[in-house]
Amino acid sequence: MNRLSYIGISIAAVVILVAVFAPLIATHDVTAQNLATRFASPSAEHWFGTDALGRDVFSRILFGARISLYVGITVVSVSGVFGIFIGAIAGFYGGIIDKFLSGYVFNVFLAFPGLLLAIALVAFLGAGLGKLILALCIIGWVGYARVMRGQVLKVREYDFVQAAKALGASNMRILFTHIMPNAIQPLIVQASLGMAGAVLSEASLSFLGLGIPPPAPSWGTMIEEARQYFSNYPHVLFFPGIAIALTVLAFNFIGDGLRQYLDPKQRTR
Amino acid sequence: MKYKILNFVRQAALILLVIWTVVSLVTLLIELVPGSPATTILGETATAEQIANFNQKHGLDRPAFFFSYDSGTGFSWNGVNNRYSDYWIGLLQGDLGRSFRTDRPVLEMIFERYPATIKLALAAMLVAVGIAIPLGVLAGTNKNRLVDNVASFVALLGISLPTFVVGPFLVYIFAVKLGWFSPTGSFYPEDIILPAVTLGAALSAILTRMVRSSVIEELGEDYVRTARAKGLSERKVIYKHVLKNGLIPVVTILGLQLGVLLAGAIITEKIFNWQGLGLLLLEDGIAKRDYRLVQGCVLVISVTYILANSLTDLVYGWLDPRIRLS
Repeated sequence: MNRLSYIGISIAAVVILVAVFAPLIATHDVTAQNLATRFASPSAEHWFGTDALGRDVFSRILFGARISLYVGITVVSVSGVFGIFIGAIAGFYGGIIDKFLSGYVFNVFLAFPGLLLAIALVAFLGAGLGKLILALCIIGWVGYARVMRGQVLKVREYDFVQAAKALGASNMRILFTHIMPNAIQPLIVQASLGMAGAVLSEASLSFLGLGIPPPAPSWGTMIEEARQYFSNYPHVLFFPGIAIALTVLAFNFIGDGLRQYLDPKQRTR
Repeated sequence: MKYKILNFVRQAALILLVIWTVVSLVTLLIELVPGSPATTILGETATAEQIANFNQKHGLDRPAFFFSYDSGTGFSWNGVNNRYSDYWIGLLQGDLGRSFRTDRPVLEMIFERYPATIKLALAAMLVAVGIAIPLGVLAGTNKNRLVDNVASFVALLGISLPTFVVGPFLVYIFAVKLGWFSPTGSFYPEDIILPAVTLGAALSAILTRMVRSSVIEELGEDYVRTARAKGLSERKVIYKHVLKNGLIPVVTILGLQLGVLLAGAIITEKIFNWQGLGLLLLEDGIAKRDYRLVQGCVLVISVTYILANSLTDLVYGWLDPRIRLS
């Protein structure tokens, strides 16, 4: 692992801790409005200042971490499990199943630009946390499936798999106990980058007004709300912007470090 | 030759199949709308007659697909007289339907705004290439040195910084504080610079990493040793030999990213109030619940994306004989 990935792990750990202990750390109620103190600059009372409705930006960012991580973890888990399963089936069985899945289904999902498909789904389904997660899972699973298929195609030719076959192990046993554990490594990289992607997509959709509706403190929504006032009050945009950038950067650092660590060719480079 | 033709036919068939699926999905997406589009557009106070007129005008009174399912009656066959067929027939005649709100042809509305989006995407690509090639070469030729680490860090930063964070900050610095550009709109030719940099930032980061690893890989090849042995300057070795071969994968990424840029332009257009297809989709389509317009915009962006990707595959094969042979 390189130095940047340790920085990534540290930032991610802080974000996770902040999300878990948000109610204990928060200094104010996240939805409490106080028009008398709107656009207050950062001070001892409001560490990151207040927004257009006088809400405490620091507390909202803490709770925003909860939303981002919740969406990220759910999307990565659901799309990861589904993608790994489909990819493993395609790679292991080959033939017409693989031709249909990797030659057609994967191509169809990759044919849509991810964000556009999510926008389209949410536009027709309506905004909301559940629908947003569903849309991100629909665009996310195919990445895992493609990597898993490639891995299974490689691993299934190894001697120990042939030996298991010769010993009469069932297809399911070979797939789940022999192939999968040896094929899973690159999926960890994919999951880390997927986490960054999911956090970013949630913020993007919320920014476009298609994610989590206000007054929930999503980082994307906070930036969208701050956009109209930032020329006079840059702090309302600066802090949520930094929060998104650092979180995405952290998971990208981890993914990048893991990729280099797992790939001996890149490790020497 | 026979293999080439077969391969081309297979690729073309796959593209057509993917386009067919995409069109079908977009057509059927309208069925996901909770309630009915008529009530959404006309409001809760609309009379039954107004709703019926609206549905008849936009063909929404016809069945959605060839067959339908009802928990009471089970499956029923509707024949070819359905909305799915209507959409296809219209599409094949270059008709994407009429806007639910303005009653204007959707295709006409899209064509009015698409040139602005394409202009923005191409400008972003230009910005990205302009940054990525020198930075990638600098990083690749100084592998594992400070310059390389800084360039790689900047690249990763560029990938991680969302457009909607970069954009407003650029506006704050260059429009509000320095006053070099106008913060929104496209009144002067130079107004494209900030949106192009915003949209191109992430791509320039991806390309920088790509050029870097390409340069590192090519520097280890025999022909580089030969070029150096015959006394060429390092500059000539890099720019005449290494970069020429190293740019092949970059071309692929550029082609693939053109589609991503067209889709990603939605956010940039919103930040800068850039009157392109993305803003049409967001403000006139989604915000006003003009589902016909949303269908049209999603379809046009997706098909452009598919065609850009397919064209890239072809160009890639043409550029690198090794790919053609394999």
